[in-house]
Amino acid sequence: MTGRRRLTIALVAIALFAGALAYGLTAYFAQLARASSPSEAVTTTDAPAADEPRLVFRNTAAGQGYGNAALVALDDPAGARTILPIACDRIDASDAAAICLHTDRGVVTTFGATLYTADWQAVRSWPLAGIPSRARLSPDGELVATTAFVTGHSYATTGFSTQTVVGPVDGDARENLEDFALTVDGSRLDAVDRNLWGVTFAEDGATFYATAASGGRTWLVKGDVAARTLTSIEADAECPSLSPDGSRIAFKRDVSESTVPDWRIAVLDLDSGEVTILPEQRSVDDQVEWLDEETLLYGMPGAEVGDGDVWRIAADGRSEASEYLRHASSPSVVR
Amino acid sequence: MYISFSNTPATGDGTRGGSGARVSATVVVLGVVSLLTDVSSESTAAVLPLYVTSVLGLGMIAFGFLDGLYQGVSALVRITGGWAADRSDQPKWIAFIGYGCSALARIALVFATGFGALLAVITADRIGKGIRTGPRDALISAASDPSDLGRSFGVHRMLDTVGAAAGPLIAFLILFLIPDGFSTVFVVSLAFAVMGVVLLGLAVPNLRPRADRAARTQAPRTPFRWRSLLAPELRRLLVVTGVLGLLTIGDGFLYLLLQARDGFAAEFFPLLYVGTNVVFLALAVPIGRLADRFGRTRVFVLGYVALLAAYLAAAAPSFGLASTLLCLVLLGVFYASTDGILAAIAAMVTPPEARATGIAAAQTVVALARLIASTGFGVLWYLLGPTTAVLVMACGLAVAIPVIAVLLRRKAGTTS
Repeated sequence: MTGRRRLTIALVAIALFAGALAYGLTAYFAQLARASSPSEAVTTTDAPAADEPRLVFRNTAAGQGYGNAALVALDDPAGARTILPIACDRIDASDAAAICLHTDRGVVTTFGATLYTADWQAVRSWPLAGIPSRARLSPDGELVATTAFVTGHSYATTGFSTQTVVGPVDGDARENLEDFALTVDGSRLDAVDRNLWGVTFAEDGATFYATAASGGRTWLVKGDVAARTLTSIEADAECPSLSPDGSRIAFKRDVSESTVPDWRIAVLDLDSGEVTILPEQRSVDDQVEWLDEETLLYGMPGAEVGDGDVWRIAADGRSEASEYLRHASSPSVVR
Repeated sequence: MYISFSNTPATGDGTRGGSGARVSATVVVLGVVSLLTDVSSESTAAVLPLYVTSVLGLGMIAFGFLDGLYQGVSALVRITGGWAADRSDQPKWIAFIGYGCSALARIALVFATGFGALLAVITADRIGKGIRTGPRDALISAASDPSDLGRSFGVHRMLDTVGAAAGPLIAFLILFLIPDGFSTVFVVSLAFAVMGVVLLGLAVPNLRPRADRAARTQAPRTPFRWRSLLAPELRRLLVVTGVLGLLTIGDGFLYLLLQARDGFAAEFFPLLYVGTNVVFLALAVPIGRLADRFGRTRVFVLGYVALLAAYLAAAAPSFGLASTLLCLVLLGVFYASTDGILAAIAAMVTPPEARATGIAAAQTVVALARLIASTGFGVLWYLLGPTTAVLVMACGLAVAIPVIAVLLRRKAGTTS
């Protein structure tokens, strides 16, 4: 190698190092400035009272408290929000408790779930097997379900999978849904590639609904915590959400003809078996939440990367979607 | 174009059997190029799931699709890369195109915000990886003394693994300092990729295996012919690696078994990969040297004995942390005795005019056989239960190893 080539290599190395360092430092200080600047949302320290209907969500307004759990009174969602000092990727709340799934960044990044009391005292934490995806508490606050998204490494040959665990909130007796007996269209399914995610609980403290997938197909399954069974009730349905009266299930259905998914929100009437596809034309990738018996809430990515907004749409499919709450995701209604 | 031949002891200047001779500077530079490129690709790969789900807001299905793509694409184009390198007799520049393709993909990644864009970026990156592997290994063999080939590949794989281990650490360190610093990770990754490409372009001599041999032997240049791949020794090697590949359980499954048996938390899962890699990089060079002296096919077969021992260690009753560690060490030994050594053996048994294709063919056979093995093992896992399934694979290996040892031995006298 000639001296000139050596010099060129050294100069390129210095230029690349300096460039990357400059970019990193700029990003670092921009981040510091953003994190210490006031939130772009109107905030208050005056949280809704414990008996007041409220919306618990993840705040995505830039500035202080970005990515934290927040709450707002249900009768004025656009009003001032209370941002809690609790960082959450997914959140769900009931009268009695709240569950928060979080990413603990570090040189070895880990993921965990923390259970809170109604007044936001941490009760118990446990590790998650991967990236937080979905979280649900049962209406009585006795059962919890979390879905984490287990990504291997590029060395891994098993590919991606989800890990969904269900169990009582007190203690560590959570069970992996993959260990439940899965029946699809009347026959037992033990395929290796089955995945389960997106749990929603019924009122009775045992019944739940979830998504099962295998061989590129998905099913809405009805589960029983005590009997440890899962039974398919509808094909092509993901991320179910049971209505407050227990009569309908909102879910997302992939209507794409290609491999890139394109999800529509759909509502299944459990008595008639009728499915209504709602007129939201954008692809929705969220576990929807029932605001009341007639209305659904769901998160959509916002204009800025990392931001999001919550939208509302009528569950009967008779009206278009409209914006409900800006700079928010993972909505959870508490009455 | 012959100016840099002074770097290559492989030109037949009488320094044979030089276990004391230094590893060719070209091999070290190629190792550093791989290190830089692996830092680049592994740092991105480590944060991509988080980025896709938490920043882009895409779901799990989307990521599952990306992940499958990540694993599959590179095997498909690998033979093409090898063939192009042999055909043109320009392995350096074909490898350059491969590295360049991945570096260009990194530039696009900084701006990609949608699923479609991400798909295109990952495909380009993996195509680049597929293209470069065969030509790069052909360069390593062209730049090495044939009697030192095991050590040369050992040095290269060690540097390569250091990069693969450092990449995720650098990425998570950046995210630790800058919580939403994904773009910084991508920019740093791009800088490493560009550095690798520049180093390859400027510091690696343009070795031309066919022209070089023609010049040395004064014989006419042998053109590339697909028929060269039908050499009995290469055919035998392809069959052997295919059979062994079919009996290789993916690390992921073995780790799942260890986790189920030893009951450690899922969050320690990534540490198993780190553990195996540390053993791999520590042993790559010593085992490569051992292979040069003791016989490469012999060490290759012994590597599968280590794999068999790893299966048995995973299936046996646990005796605590030590049994997990034992399994990781055995897996590391397996990789150190088979990964680079396979390339060295393939280089030895393929005629020079088809070397890159021959190496790429062996690697593709391994990759495809392991893909089939993973699926098949998954079925066994559910039919028989984890422990029995591993024991079935262990029985298969126990039968295959002696047969293969005999099969390879027939000709081993000259090649090892």
